[in-house]
Amino acid sequence: MTPIASRVMRGLALSAVVLAAFAVLDGAVHALLAQNPFGAPRAAEPQGGIVGWLLAKQSEFYREISATIRAAKSDGSAVWTLLAISFAYGIFHAAGPGHGKAVISSYMVANRETARRGIVLSFASALMQSLVAVAIVGICAWLLNATAKTMCGAEKAIEIASYALIAAFGARLVWVKGGGFLRALRLPRPALAMAGAHQHDHDHHEHDHHDHGHDHHHRHAHDDHGHHHDHGHDHGHDAEHVHDEHCGHSHGPTPAELAGPGGWRRGLGAILTVGIRPCSGAILVLVFALAQGLFWAGIAATFVMGLGTAITVAAIALVAVSARGVAERLSGARDGGGMVIMRGLEFAAAGLVLLFGLGLLFGYVAAERATCL
Amino acid sequence: MPSLNRLIAGLVLAVSVVLGTAAAEAHPHVWIVAKSELIYAPDGTITAVRHAWTFDDMFSTYALQGIETKVKGAYSREELAPLAQTNVESLKEYAYFTFAKGDGKKQKFTEPVDYFLEYKDSALTLHFTLPVKTPFKARQLSLEMFDPTYFIDFQFAEKEPVKLVGAAVDCKMQFERPNDGTAAAQKLGEQNFLDGSAGNFAMMFANKITVDCP
Repeated sequence: MTPIASRVMRGLALSAVVLAAFAVLDGAVHALLAQNPFGAPRAAEPQGGIVGWLLAKQSEFYREISATIRAAKSDGSAVWTLLAISFAYGIFHAAGPGHGKAVISSYMVANRETARRGIVLSFASALMQSLVAVAIVGICAWLLNATAKTMCGAEKAIEIASYALIAAFGARLVWVKGGGFLRALRLPRPALAMAGAHQHDHDHHEHDHHDHGHDHHHRHAHDDHGHHHDHGHDHGHDAEHVHDEHCGHSHGPTPAELAGPGGWRRGLGAILTVGIRPCSGAILVLVFALAQGLFWAGIAATFVMGLGTAITVAAIALVAVSARGVAERLSGARDGGGMVIMRGLEFAAAGLVLLFGLGLLFGYVAAERATCL
Repeated sequence: MPSLNRLIAGLVLAVSVVLGTAAAEAHPHVWIVAKSELIYAPDGTITAVRHAWTFDDMFSTYALQGIETKVKGAYSREELAPLAQTNVESLKEYAYFTFAKGDGKKQKFTEPVDYFLEYKDSALTLHFTLPVKTPFKARQLSLEMFDPTYFIDFQFAEKEPVKLVGAAVDCKMQFERPNDGTAAAQKLGEQNFLDGSAGNFAMMFANKITVDCP
């Protein structure tokens, strides 16, 4: 089989496995939901004490927003209070799949993204979220004076599109990461292969040499993934090639890619996926501000809210990146086994994005609802 | 093999971070102050629940967006009729956030009747009656009201939160308000982890009515 044909086969096999897993999960979840004593359509997640406190804080801030907008009608300085509250609300609110922190952090882990990219992704997606919210209310309510029902219809359509996007984005990650993982599993471990070949005479010496070599490749691979990817595919099964191929397949960014405009194209997928779904809270605040004749204040509040959200999401993305780094160090990614673990981890994170998207799409994962009543 | 432990530790750490962030966290965007009535037939069977839900000013304003009126700022029942229709239709998906049990057995409701919206003091109130699918007699009736996804926060009104209409005189009603949110969430978290049951977070915010009729 040619390399491309085998890759396609692997991808197909992988897709089949994922679909089968989802079918099993589907059945299990249905069985679980059937036992829900309250006949609730979606089960809420159990939450701990800190989360409970966060919830209380958010509610507090959110309830103050409407009062402050009313106050701003007669007293212009209340706008500053509004912005401060909106910012705090954004920071506390950056929870829930609607804000994509799960998608962004999983993506960070799966795609070996840098911390800097994580921060930029968080801010860009939050900005887009704010823009979408302003666009929906601006077009539907301000320009067309449409009813809440129409707006809610638009929200729902966008919601479904965004879940489908998450699933598609996850599927793409799974495709890429699954290939890398399978390859890492199937091919002989570089450490074992080399040790086996030279074991008789130069055991000690070979060991040193071997470690050195891997160190080098490891760093090298980080610097220049793209090149080694192509390179790796054309060659046979020698140990060096195997290693290159593993790293090459992670599709991490090269410095040139990061700096150049093209490097953000991949990130754009994540930004779109996360940013297309506006926050229901922002929509409510915007419509309320519009009704009070203070649409501009609502828009300002929305963007400040987005800023607060971005800070929290970026912090979570950084935790995810660090955790990945720790996992990499702990697993000793330099030896063959560690490599398999890391590829497995990336694959798992990719799978999580896919399952998450499917879960949202089919209503198993509770998301922030669109404001339809 | 010590390195295997490290591998597992690293894997667990990274996966738990990702999974932890995947947990959905909801908080309310809509607040409802409720008044409810339990309707009894002369023979003592429970036939319906009648709700009056008043929305907070932000949601009320949102819901009224784009509705044309003859008099600016005043909304008649007729002008609000299409919105009321939309409301009760949307509520169906959430089982009207009303969960009743007669002697521990789950009871179902049919589609709402006599529904209308009222606009007063810049707040919308949705009135609707939920007929019980099969009217039943119960020694103990429990009625809970909550949103499982906690998008809506339900509070019973301070004054006359619950009324029994046509119930036998010796029926006794107990009424429980939700606990303070922070304490409730904490308690629930511990309970869930301890007994491993698939508990429901929003339940802690439920308003529970119990009626005992001997």
